[in-house]
Amino acid sequence: MDVPGDAELVARLRDRDEAAFVFVLEAWSPGMQRLARSFVSTPDSAAECVQDTWLAVIEGIDRFEGRAALRTWVYRILVNTAKRRGVREGRSVPWSSVADETGPTVDPARFRGPGEPFAGHWREFPARWPEPENATLAAELRQVVAEAIAELPERQRVVLTLRDIHGYDGAEVSSILEISPGYQRVLLHRARVHVRARIDVYHAKAETG
Amino acid sequence: MDCTEFVELVTAYLDGGLSPADEQRVLAHLDLCDGCSTYLHQIRTTIAAIGELPADAAAPPSRDRLLQAFRRTR
Repeated sequence: MDVPGDAELVARLRDRDEAAFVFVLEAWSPGMQRLARSFVSTPDSAAECVQDTWLAVIEGIDRFEGRAALRTWVYRILVNTAKRRGVREGRSVPWSSVADETGPTVDPARFRGPGEPFAGHWREFPARWPEPENATLAAELRQVVAEAIAELPERQRVVLTLRDIHGYDGAEVSSILEISPGYQRVLLHRARVHVRARIDVYHAKAETG
Repeated sequence: MDCTEFVELVTAYLDGGLSPADEQRVLAHLDLCDGCSTYLHQIRTTIAAIGELPADAAAPPSRDRLLQAFRRTR
């Protein structure tokens, strides 16, 4: 089935066209499951969020007004479902934790201070990273990245997942999460910087043995 | 532009979200600063590494159950 436009897809879902339903189900469920995993504690729980979301979509498709893209609307339902479930599982920390979202993202000690020559410039350049040479190192690095993402505050993890794993653009992500594009970018930036820092520590350790 | 400013603009720069004037300042800074060029390269490498993470193994939602529900609400 070709990728139909939103209006056509919605019309076909309302007509209970099974091919159209199977199409969106198969195209979007894997990504949805991955996103749900940002909120809940187990893969099975994430799968249930996806299932519940589709049931809500089936219930609600006749009321969908088309103010957002269909996928955005489905993802909003998913985010709300997964958030509620995360809270029930006691996994969720408060959605906003301002301490994680202000101040410089790189330790100011890395830069020359006011009054020094070249103030505001690197005291020492960031060390270059080696290219991963073999499969073992690549697997270790994946583990480092996965752990770094797991450590992120929820909001940052969700934005990073949507942007850098699902490849959605900033406009769609801010629309799904109902936050401003600027705030979306702040969260993404902080999340990426955190993961970069973890990779950096990993390479520095490998370097010194 | 100094490096402390550059490191906070990386994501906006990669998103194409800077004003033309700020983008020029970023490019001018990158021409001069090896440290920030390395930093930018590392952020790009980080994004690529994040994108390569394999998904958790979990059963997909039950297609049959959902299809039944889809038919029922007709």
